[in-house]
Amino acid sequence: MERFLPTAQFQRLINLLRRDGYDCVGPRVRDGAIVYGPLERVEELPVGWHDEQRPGHYRLARGSGRRFFDWANGPEALKPLTFASREVLWTVVRDGQGSLRFCEEVPEVRPTAVIGVRACDIAAMHLQDQHFGYREYQDPYYNRRRRALFLVAVDCARPASTCFCHSTGDGPAAHAGFDIALTELDDGFIARARSERGRDLLAELPTTEVTPDHHAAAGAQHDAAVAAQTRRLAGRNLKASLFAHLDHPEWDAVAGRCLSCGNCTAVCPTCFCHSVGDTTELDGRRSTHHRQWDSCFSAGHSYMHSFVVRDQTVLRYRQWLTHKLGTWHDQYGRSGCVGCGRCLTWCPVGIDMVETANRICGGDGDAQP
Amino acid sequence: MIPTAARPTLAIHKFSSCDGCQLALLNLGEGLLDLARMVDIRHFVEAGPMDEEASVDIALVEGCISTAEEAERIRRVRANSRYLIAIGACATSGGVQALRNLHDAGAWTADIYAHPQYIDVLANATSLADRVRVDCELYGCPVNGHQVLAAVRSLLSGVTPLNDRDKLCAECKRRHNVCVMVARGLPCMGPVTATGCGVLCPTLGRDCYGCYGPAENVNSAALGRQLEAEGMSKEARAGRFLFIHSNAPEFASGGSSGED
Ligand code: SF4
Ligand code: SF4
Ligand code: SF4
Ligand code: SF4
Repeated sequence: MERFLPTAQFQRLINLLRRDGYDCVGPRVRDGAIVYGPLERVEELPVGWHDEQRPGHYRLARGSGRRFFDWANGPEALKPLTFASREVLWTVVRDGQGSLRFCEEVPEVRPTAVIGVRACDIAAMHLQDQHFGYREYQDPYYNRRRRALFLVAVDCARPASTCFCHSTGDGPAAHAGFDIALTELDDGFIARARSERGRDLLAELPTTEVTPDHHAAAGAQHDAAVAAQTRRLAGRNLKASLFAHLDHPEWDAVAGRCLSCGNCTAVCPTCFCHSVGDTTELDGRRSTHHRQWDSCFSAGHSYMHSFVVRDQTVLRYRQWLTHKLGTWHDQYGRSGCVGCGRCLTWCPVGIDMVETANRICGGDGDAQP
Repeated sequence: MIPTAARPTLAIHKFSSCDGCQLALLNLGEGLLDLARMVDIRHFVEAGPMDEEASVDIALVEGCISTAEEAERIRRVRANSRYLIAIGACATSGGVQALRNLHDAGAWTADIYAHPQYIDVLANATSLADRVRVDCELYGCPVNGHQVLAAVRSLLSGVTPLNDRDKLCAECKRRHNVCVMVARGLPCMGPVTATGCGVLCPTLGRDCYGCYGPAENVNSAALGRQLEAEGMSKEARAGRFLFIHSNAPEFASGGSSGED
């Protein structure tokens, strides 16, 4: 189902979602970046804003345009909405007799509609779905939040210089995994519904027929977005190539620049590593067990019975790349990179993961998916 | 493990410092009352009890070793304590006082004081661990009172206190802050600084200046080169890396690298 939603009616989409009990969340300008925040009115979206991104650099600038989504992405994908950066898993209380009572803490979640989700982030969410929903090892914390989401995707019209989703096959247009997807044009949106509830909602909106002119404008816009992406990984499956070059000098070169700070893994929408810990109250009667985002760049990630296996940055960086672009294929049937470019932009020293991987793989990346 | 029959005893000692770490403990409010219920506080000058020579289970020690008298006294504190926890920048690396190690402190005292003969200091201001065995080090200028309580709780339970030396950036991202280095070009020390403060500075939109000391596996030279590329002068870079923890070797390299 495909309809045209004029800009003047865009607010109705939010109104209907709110009527149906959803909290709406959308991209907003905060502290010099575009990040998700509560959304009530469409004017709160980053109207007219553009982002300039390159490795280690992100700046926003406001132009004269009236578009809502004329920028690529911000530091946070959907990940914080499903995989909490820190959360309590259970608590334990010691009663008067000294016995322990354990109590599972399952998060209270509200139905949440996210407006303006990018194609790369939906692809990343499907990878995390596989991870947190693996066979009998279902993660109730992730699943609860995930199932509460209603997704309104937006096709990218203005990729950043760091974006390479076309080469990974994940963008710049959204193809699956959403309830409604929007292609923004100058006077409104081509809206396509993919789910039952998406179709119901679209049917209630004051839309018109999509015209051939709309389609032509959308097609040209998509082609321009693809053409704007000049960066690309050497192939869709670099596993063999990476593992054939474990001693490549580039590993040491990149480790000389890398801060081992883990910003790349924190912003990566597919990274799922976490650590667990306990916080005990001073009187010792109550303790909470929590988990929080961790990273292969931390010492704890490879700590084993009194020693750290990957005690040098070169080993940590190699772990990150050989897992993300290599062994993910064995685990999840594809690469762990969806081409969002965040690990390039948000690296404080501007390490270009794509350039690094391509240099290590030389020319022999397997171009087949 | 500390026996639970009698209330464990605790002392809080001060060496060369500004008293800010003791204030951080006083600022705990209710947490301090809980602490006073759990342990018998024998020595805590800022709060009242005074018995400097008391033998205790846990000693929390603030300040660096700057004078001969202090070098002697820290040995007595060590001998009188089962567990010695260094709290704050001064106790863990020497703190701001250690800046004098980089210069001729004797010449300074002659320039500054009318009667320099009353100033009697060691050649270098150092951390506690440079003088005695320390069981646990909690960095910060000042220390985070909740970290201190957590360390005491661990000792009461008979487990080694957690020593989290992950980079500040990890916690900054968990708090969903927008990186001030990437989005605003500020010279943030987060990538080389240990977590523990609760990301105070970047959460308020400013750059971290490293008061929690070096994280594990830091690359100060690489961060220094990045700040240099962003146009920060060698002097300003040295000021950044050497401000609070000049005596920490991991920061010294960042403070001296690169061109003027
Ligand atoms: S590896 Fe980098 S570009 Fe790929 S999905 Fe993760 S953050 Fe995005
Ligand atoms: S990676 Fe693709 S979908 Fe994601 S922001 Fe960039 S252009 Fe858009
Ligand atoms: S690649 Fe960049 S963001 Fe990742 S750990 Fe290294 S310095 Fe940090
Ligand atoms: S603001 Fe500072 S602490 Fe936070 S991610 Fe950026 S560099 Fe790290």
